[in-house]
Formats: sequence, structure tokens, C-alpha cells
Amino acid sequence: MKLIFEKTLHGAGMWSAIVSRGKRLRLTDLDGGSNVSMLLYNADERQERYNMPDTLKGQHIFYLRAPYCLHSDMGRLLASITLDTVGWHDTVCGRSDAAHTLAKYGENNYQKSHNGWHRNGHDCFLIELAKWGLGKKDLVPNLNFFSKVVADDEGKLNFISDHSKPQDSLELRFELDTLVVLNTCQHPLDPDPIYRHRSVRLDVFSGSTPTLDDPSLVIRPENLRAWENNQTYHSLRFPQP
Amino acid sequence: MIASTLTPEAARFREVIPAGGWWVHEIEKGQTLRILDLEGNQAADTLFFSAADPTERYSAERTIQEQAALYLTTGTKLMSNEGNALLTLTADTCGRHDTLGGACSRESNTMRYSHDKEPMHACRDSFIRGAQEWDIELTKRDLPPNINFFMNVPVSPDGGLTFADGISAPGRYVEMIAEMDVVCLISNCPQLNNPCNGWNPTPVEVMIFD
Repeated sequence: MKLIFEKTLHGAGMWSAIVSRGKRLRLTDLDGGSNVSMLLYNADERQERYNMPDTLKGQHIFYLRAPYCLHSDMGRLLASITLDTVGWHDTVCGRSDAAHTLAKYGENNYQKSHNGWHRNGHDCFLIELAKWGLGKKDLVPNLNFFSKVVADDEGKLNFISDHSKPQDSLELRFELDTLVVLNTCQHPLDPDPIYRHRSVRLDVFSGSTPTLDDPSLVIRPENLRAWENNQTYHSLRFPQP
Repeated sequence: MIASTLTPEAARFREVIPAGGWWVHEIEKGQTLRILDLEGNQAADTLFFSAADPTERYSAERTIQEQAALYLTTGTKLMSNEGNALLTLTADTCGRHDTLGGACSRESNTMRYSHDKEPMHACRDSFIRGAQEWDIELTKRDLPPNINFFMNVPVSPDGGLTFADGISAPGRYVEMIAEMDVVCLISNCPQLNNPCNGWNPTPVEVMIFD
């Protein structure tokens, strides 16, 4: 695998890009305790998007880890988790918004603090989505990589602090040409009263598409059938070799 | 479990939604919506939109975040993507309702069960038709993950998630008061491949009270 892109996001940063299928995006938590909120869309048909319910019910899980997959709302795979040193990532709690951030951390606007101000996950998503012709209608339940939230028998949620350690990392292999939209704002249920400016590195590597014995396709028959739906989509849409 | 003080005779509007059908209707601020599980264990897939601006809509993740809990019951505020309460649950004789499981679709049925299930009727098709028939035409982009009233999707502390047998029964209901003028979109789930409808989809009744 060849490194083709690298970038470090400092503080509550945001990023979006189209990454073609087979390539890998690696996220590295440089400081520990980071959160990466992410949404994924089919790059060519952007009304096809990451679907939290289908991802969870298709794999009978409440959280994500390697080698599970990220499913779209069209019965296809957007990405597979190919590397993961953390083991638990939330996808049900959403993101912070302006009112939430103000109430939790106090006033800290641009005029007062310039680029040390308090951004929030909701606004970061809307800003990056707009650059690809998307907006409020496209903002759906997101992933929160590096964050762990557990449920008790009554469904009450508990955020696990300091879940991710410095240098923990996660790698996604894209199974469709995918629009990736992410930001590094804190998790909305993180009880830490201090607004943290943590750093996350992004690396994109070249790569190839999986074979049928790939761990992500083997772990659940649902993932293999979704992969077969990807194959059908690609064979109909794109020129064949 | 909290019973309602409202009697069905007092409803200003009543309609039975057949299994596999859809219903779209405005509910004014201060009105109460009751959804009644007539024959038991029937998932009512439900979305809400602000009637004034349907880009403000039900948000499963914001609702979960607000209460730091997964299941919906009496007292739960159904939150919008703008952080406002759309409705608040005021009565519930079932006990818990799901908002993790989303809606079934013909596409996801191929992933979940087998490719030959693709022709089977599914909630998203009902949602699409209901959304197209509202005064302001809505599209697939307007359909985020929904509420599944009467559906039981337990999550275990170790992170497992299952579609379990229902905990509803004939005559159980859930009631909610509108905190703003909202549009309600229901798909009465036609799913035959898992126990969410007790393997036998049946009608539900909706009532609106002033």
C-alpha cells in the first residue's frame, strides 16, 4: 500500500473528500480521547448514504469494530473496517450542536478567541456537506469513531471516558466510490466539562478490492450479500474489463 | 406504563391503517396522537416533520442523545434535527419502543435475508409514497431513521442487538402530544421475514384528540 495523502486535523477540525473504492483511509488518534464524527455517501448518487439502522441490524451489533462493515441505505457496503486498535465505536448518539456546545462549555465565539473558538459537530457537517451540493436533508445518524457508549438492560447510556489511547488507529477500505465527510468535535455525551482541542491524523493509502475470503465479508452472510449488491451495481454502471 | 385518560369516543379523527399501508396527516400543536396496536405485536414505523418547514424532522440520534437512553416511553421527548421537541410521549401501555431499527426496505431485505426477497413489500416504499403525497412533496432524502412503535430491539451491555419477539399485545397503545404543528408519516410495517410483526402484519388505528 502506497501513502497518497496525509493531513493532521488540529482541534475541532473538519474534512471532506471523495475516495475511490479499494483505497484505505486510516484515522490515528494522536492525543488519546479523540472523537471522529463521520458520514459517508455514494460519490455518484449522493442520496445513497450511510445507514445506521441497516449497519446495526444487518450485523446484529450496537457498535462497530473490525472487521464489520458500514452499510448504505441501498443494501450495499460503503466501507469495511480493516484495521482497528480500539474495538468499540459509537454510531447512535449523533453530534453536538451550537446550543449544546454553548450550554456545556460556555461562550467562546470567534470574535473572542479567533480559531481557538468552539465549533460543533452539527455545523461542521453542514459546512462540508454544502460543498458537495448536500445539506440539512442529508444529515443522518453519524459514526463516532474512537468513542464508546454502552447501554444497560433498561437502555440507559453510559459514555466510557478515555476509551481511545494515543496512537490508536482505525482503517476503512472503501467498497464504493465514497464521499467522506468528517469532523473531530467532541462526542455529545462526553461528560468532560472542558472543550478539548485534540489532534487526529488522516492517511489515505492505495489498495485493492476484497476477495471473497476477506474477514469483513466472512463475518456475516449479510455483508457478503451486500457486497454482491455492490458487484451488481458496479457491473451495470461502469465499463467492464 | 402510564394509561391515558382520553376515551376513543372523544377522538376528533380516527382511521385504521391496514397492514402494509401508509398514512400522512397533520397534527396541530396541543393535539394528542394515539397509535393503537389492534391485534398485537405490530410495528408502526413513524416519522414526524415540522409542518412549517419539513427540513426540520425527527432525529433518532438527537432523541437518544437528549435522554441518554435507547428506548422510548412515557416522558420521552421526540427531538428534531434542530434540537427542538416535536412531540412528547404522554401515555404508553406497551412499555418500550424502538428507534434503532429503522425501516425495512426492499434493498435491505436482500442484504438481511436473501436476494430473492427483493420483490416483497417494505416500509421504505410506503414512506416514499406517503412523503410524495404530502402538500409539500418530500423525497427519499427526507426520510431519516424512524421510530418503530411497538417494536422490541433489545441491546445487551456487551453490545449485541436483536430483533426480539414483541412485548406489545392487542389493545396496547402509545400517546403523544404535539409540541409544534407536525406532519406524521406512518408505514404500517409489512415485514414477513422477522418477528417484528409476529410474522403476521395486522392493522393499527390512529386517533387524534384536541
